[in-house]
Amino acid sequence: MLGFLTRTRGKSRMDVTDILAWAWLILGTLVIAIPIGWAFLSSFKPEAEINSFPPTLLPRAAEELVIEGYDEPLPAYLWTDETGEARTVGLVRRIGLKATVVDPASPGERLSVDAGAIEKQTVISAEWANYTDPLERFAFLTYLKNSVFVTVVATILTLVLNSMAAFALSKYRFRGSTTIFVLMLSTLMLPLSVIMVPAFMVIVGLNLADNLWGVIFSTVATPTGVFLLRQYMLTIPDDLIEAARVDAASEFRIYWRIILPLSAPALAVLAIFSVIWRWNDFLWPLIVLSSPENYTLQLGLNAFQGQFTVQWHYILSMTVVALLPVTLIFLFLQRYITEGVASSGVK
Amino acid sequence: MAATDDGYVRPAREAAVSSGDRGDRLLEAAMGVVEWPFTRLQRLIGLRRMPWVFVLPNMALFTIFVFIPVLLAIGYAFTGGTELLLWNRPFVGFENFSRLLSCGSYLDPATCELDLFWTAVFNTTWYTAFNATGTLVVSLVTALVLNRLTRGKAFFRAIFFYPVLLSPVVVALVWKWFLARNGLLNAVFADMMGERTIFLLEVLWSRFWVVYVSIWFHMGFYTLIILAGLQAIPRDIYEAALIDGTSRWRQFWRLTLPLLMPNLLVVLVLLLIRSVQVFDEAWVLTDGGGPGTANTFVVQFIYETAFATDVRLYGLASAASVLMGLALLVLTLVQLWLGKKAEN
Repeated sequence: MLGFLTRTRGKSRMDVTDILAWAWLILGTLVIAIPIGWAFLSSFKPEAEINSFPPTLLPRAAEELVIEGYDEPLPAYLWTDETGEARTVGLVRRIGLKATVVDPASPGERLSVDAGAIEKQTVISAEWANYTDPLERFAFLTYLKNSVFVTVVATILTLVLNSMAAFALSKYRFRGSTTIFVLMLSTLMLPLSVIMVPAFMVIVGLNLADNLWGVIFSTVATPTGVFLLRQYMLTIPDDLIEAARVDAASEFRIYWRIILPLSAPALAVLAIFSVIWRWNDFLWPLIVLSSPENYTLQLGLNAFQGQFTVQWHYILSMTVVALLPVTLIFLFLQRYITEGVASSGVK
Repeated sequence: MAATDDGYVRPAREAAVSSGDRGDRLLEAAMGVVEWPFTRLQRLIGLRRMPWVFVLPNMALFTIFVFIPVLLAIGYAFTGGTELLLWNRPFVGFENFSRLLSCGSYLDPATCELDLFWTAVFNTTWYTAFNATGTLVVSLVTALVLNRLTRGKAFFRAIFFYPVLLSPVVVALVWKWFLARNGLLNAVFADMMGERTIFLLEVLWSRFWVVYVSIWFHMGFYTLIILAGLQAIPRDIYEAALIDGTSRWRQFWRLTLPLLMPNLLVVLVLLLIRSVQVFDEAWVLTDGGGPGTANTFVVQFIYETAFATDVRLYGLASAASVLMGLALLVLTLVQLWLGKKAEN
């Protein structure tokens, strides 16, 4: 539209609306990127840095000097002496207003200086312990495993069961097929929050409470998936099926060898959505799973941030871990996702 | 692919050999094992009944986890006690509803028997009003801007859509850190105001940020839907307007907006439906609806009444669910009606 308008109006004239449009885009990009970028950068900061104010933009750690004659590396300080000359020294100890420092140039000589004349030095560095500690010391490895398990198994089951149902609802005319389809569609708008209590009773009745399978089984029969696949399968010509029947192919073979391969694009979209849905699920797992060893990553993260409110260096690193798979999927498959949403109106 | 263009289906063995891939052959063998019972079954029950076999597994799970709960939901609302199993619960008639609805004055939650429920209803109302209008305006502007772009459209569309894919917990924590005492916003804010503010502990600020984060989180989804509506407007209409010398501003008010209106109304109702169900990100962001009950919403009330207290009042929670379900049903019917009207 813009190209069409500018063509008739004369070339390369930016008018007010163009400027406003670009301002909106740039502002929007910043508003979206800054909080996520800030969390990402902060997740590499050591604990001391994360609690300091005003904060630094990039993750920094105290610089250390290895000086001959000292077993441990000494923290680096910038010392400005009386003449105004500045040099980097290692701090041995600080008592009151006096500090003992060592110049790396002459490691044998200890200098006693004013504590006010030295300034702590930092270097840009990433604190990888933020990522490894929660996996080792806290149960995050378990949460991660549970999340991967639920996501993978639920997605496979979703694809298999939904495609079978969609095949039956798109390629056969049998009594009740319309009823089934309409019943499923009518629940598209039905939110979990309305059936929370009875759904939990069903889970308890099936002995699936506090069990990952309880989360998996109750989420795989998605009406959205059946709808998406059915609409796609309707576009596959029936001649193919007739021809296969003439060749004495069984119905299952028709499903497996003809319909599934031809529905690959729709299956891919559903697979992407299913992974994102199951990875991000929160309220339903929160109700079904009660013991920490069964928590998914989202539940574990929520519980951890409630319990250890000041451990932001760990909270943020695990937040980054939780957003990483979705971000990678999006980076590589964003075209399918945005087009899938635009054409089907689901998310 | 097994089928060639003329519809001829290669026998499985031939396909496996020709592809020659080991993984393929393994899969083929596995599918042979799966196929066998299906083929036997087909011989047994005939072709006519096969669609039922395909639809049954999905339907079974759907029935167990969706249909049965829907039917039971109403049953729960009319029973009392703390037993979970429905058949162990005493029938209490409309007691749960009358408890929820007994108020001295409906304008003041403090006069209600269950003041928390009414506080939640009030909070959900203002949240829905601000969130729905805010998201609608931001999404509409973004869609209009994106629609004008000739280059970089896919890129910006992707950027605006990205937050939609994040999990509510991640979104809440990212913003919690951004708004924290040591957060980036305070680093800027303290310079201007001279002091730091703990945004999420002040009633008005926390309410503002709950709505803001929610718009930030979901606007990309609605932008995509509105964008699809914009792209469906035929271009020759604008061509005609251009010949008439209509200004852009006038074009927007006289052409784009009226043509987009059906689409916008559907989006608005969808937004209302989603806003009423606010829970996940707001709950994590505000540490369970705080400060106090400033951000306690209806779903939180249902969840906590049923699952997060020692005395689990399933009946009361279900009654609140049914009331919310009714509100959602009305909105859904409005949406279906609007959708029908848009089609004609």
